[in-house]
Amino acid sequence: MTDVSRRRLLGYSGATLAAGAAAGAGLVSVAQAHEGPPADDGAVPFYGAHQSGIATPVQDRLHFAAFDVITGDRDRLVRMLKEWTAAGAALAAGRPYGSAVGGLPESPPDDTGEALGLPPSRLTLTVGFGPTLFDKDGKDRFGIKARRPAALADLPHFPGDSLDPGRSGGDICVQACADDPQVAVHAIRNLARIGFGVVSVRWSQLGFGKTSSTTPDQQTPRNMFGFKDGTRNIAGDDRATLDQHVWASAKDGAPWMNGGSYVVVRRIRMHIETWDRTSLKEQQAVFGRTKGEGNAYGAKREHDPVPLAKLPADSHVRLAHPDTNGGVRILRRGYSFTDGSDGLGRLDAGLFFIAYQRDPRKQFVVLQNSLAGDDHMNEYVQHVGSGVFACPPGPRKGGYWGETLFAA
Amino acid sequence: MRPAPMIAAASAVLASLSVLTACGKDDSAGVKAGVIEVTATDSTCEVGAKSGAAGATTFKVTNKGSQVNELEILAPDGKTVSERENIGPGTGAEVTVTLNAGTYKILCSAGMTGKGPSQTFTVTGASKAGDPRLDQAVAAYRAYVAEQVDDTLAKAKKFAASVSKGDMAGAKAQFAPSRVGWERIEPVAESFGDIDPKVDLREADLKQGDKWTGWHRIEKALWKTKSLKGEGPYADQLVKDVETLKSRVGTASITATSMANGAKELLDEVATGKITGEEDTFSHTDLSDFKANVDGAQKAFELLKPVVQEKDAALASDLTTEFADVQKLLAKYEKGDGYVSYDTVGKEKRKELSDAVNALGEPLSKLAGVVAK
Repeated sequence: MTDVSRRRLLGYSGATLAAGAAAGAGLVSVAQAHEGPPADDGAVPFYGAHQSGIATPVQDRLHFAAFDVITGDRDRLVRMLKEWTAAGAALAAGRPYGSAVGGLPESPPDDTGEALGLPPSRLTLTVGFGPTLFDKDGKDRFGIKARRPAALADLPHFPGDSLDPGRSGGDICVQACADDPQVAVHAIRNLARIGFGVVSVRWSQLGFGKTSSTTPDQQTPRNMFGFKDGTRNIAGDDRATLDQHVWASAKDGAPWMNGGSYVVVRRIRMHIETWDRTSLKEQQAVFGRTKGEGNAYGAKREHDPVPLAKLPADSHVRLAHPDTNGGVRILRRGYSFTDGSDGLGRLDAGLFFIAYQRDPRKQFVVLQNSLAGDDHMNEYVQHVGSGVFACPPGPRKGGYWGETLFAA
Repeated sequence: MRPAPMIAAASAVLASLSVLTACGKDDSAGVKAGVIEVTATDSTCEVGAKSGAAGATTFKVTNKGSQVNELEILAPDGKTVSERENIGPGTGAEVTVTLNAGTYKILCSAGMTGKGPSQTFTVTGASKAGDPRLDQAVAAYRAYVAEQVDDTLAKAKKFAASVSKGDMAGAKAQFAPSRVGWERIEPVAESFGDIDPKVDLREADLKQGDKWTGWHRIEKALWKTKSLKGEGPYADQLVKDVETLKSRVGTASITATSMANGAKELLDEVATGKITGEEDTFSHTDLSDFKANVDGAQKAFELLKPVVQEKDAALASDLTTEFADVQKLLAKYEKGDGYVSYDTVGKEKRKELSDAVNALGEPLSKLAGVVAK
């Protein structure tokens, strides 16, 4: 932990101060002393060359939040990122951030407490920086405009887009994934709380079921259409493919992004009711694969090679396939969502699409242009939210999210 | 929440300010107070111990007599440290004080005459002197509270006069200003549990069969039903209730910690009631209450600031910045002597206000812990 974040933590936390001063111990041991040892099972390493939550195995649940930075003070922003990092490391290890119980009775607890006693649940926290952090209406609020990577271009308008500004964009995003929804929500809640005064939640999205896998020996999970999609996802242990398609390199033009990745998120509303009235035959033709096994037309098994020529020309699998798009691949990590109903008696449900890549201009934009025009599936989907973020490399021990951007 | 509210309606005497402050300090640091049982009858006063250690001490009195009783704790110099009146037959009460070394007198007064049997209570050990700056802060805050009650009473009287005369325009203009003093010190006023529901209850908070009195009842008459017919007695009642507050506010137990908690509670009021426009749902004068809450919180912080600066400079600096930010934002909505109608403040602007309140409320919630340690 850095000096600054440590000072902040100690300064604001009476409990930590009292116990820490007596024991000469850091946050972690203090929290443990009060709240028992951390659970060791299911913790995903937090530090490293790449952020967790990208190539690491996909968990069951998502809480994704986009924040606006509401201060113009760069130091406060960096201070918050340091505190977020300290909190992220604790939460990923299954520990509370600071003290959840056992602090001063007069002070609110550091940690909100709803994850006490729960295992780490493979919690990963992945942070990204949106275009507006670098340049908001021409304003260089934090002196980083010149460091905006070319790959972090604003996404173009795609045919059929019906984007809600209240569900799009943001200066900073945090993707929290865990096998327990309470663990994911707890993480976002605590980061939002730490961030008060510096950031404000612009929008957020809960995802209840994963729709992709980075461990290809597993079956691809089904989306809300009842289909497996994105079956040829990039595997989390396929280093060569990750280096080629997912991890940004210093050579790409923004050295601070070396080891990072770019994420595109799209809130894709599915017209569930009309889809459900569609014949099996048409449903399968929309995808170009069977609903049961998930094999492409002309193939036998889910993961078999796809004989593109045998698929309808406007089918989703054919249009999204790397071979149709000059070899373009993305790492998909989306989640199904249902936010109740829409007031017209229809399910407000769909896919919260998340894709990591090395350069959205050459990957997502190419794919989406291919899909937005011709995809038969467009009858049944509408893109209503959107965001693109540059996810920096993983924090090093003692470092913080975005250190390569802000410290250099 | 701890069962004993930080600001308790205790019948304390102003002369014992420093003792009260010290009490709050020890209490809040989590030190378990020594509990001394006291049994009062109409003619006896039995104290469960003859001596105790310096520090927080709770006297738990039970009235086994037939008359209403009163417990007094008298300092070695004869001044009252604390007292509790109106202890009915068969009931009890607890009084917590911080005692320094010395010989005290515990007195039970059946019939509340101020006289009665007493026992001595000897306190030994090191006295923990309170921080004199906190004592000063509490004294200054008491003066502020008294000023605000005077202000709200004077304006409530004008407001009531207009209501009684049927002067709609006058009453409308005086509604929000009459609430300012009240809103600035609301946590102290609320500590008298019976006054708050009489003067500040919102229609939505009524239970079936409740009689609705106070500001918001008249607010509805002014802005919604647009008739003051029959409201005169309610306006008079409002004045009477605020007069009751004035007569009792000097006895409120105020400590440095309770000031800090009160400041946080004021921001909570803003965050839950004002931001949404629920407080003044008919008049839309929410921003006036908003400003008063923030001013009251800021006053408490400013008085505690010298100590906070020393104990947690980062917190002092953050709070200074965030108070200034909220005030700057509020200033944008000033109009004449007051504020724009809150129903003209759109969703985006409300979010901006909400962000500023959250930005202030979060560090403000740490104030009490810093003051207490």
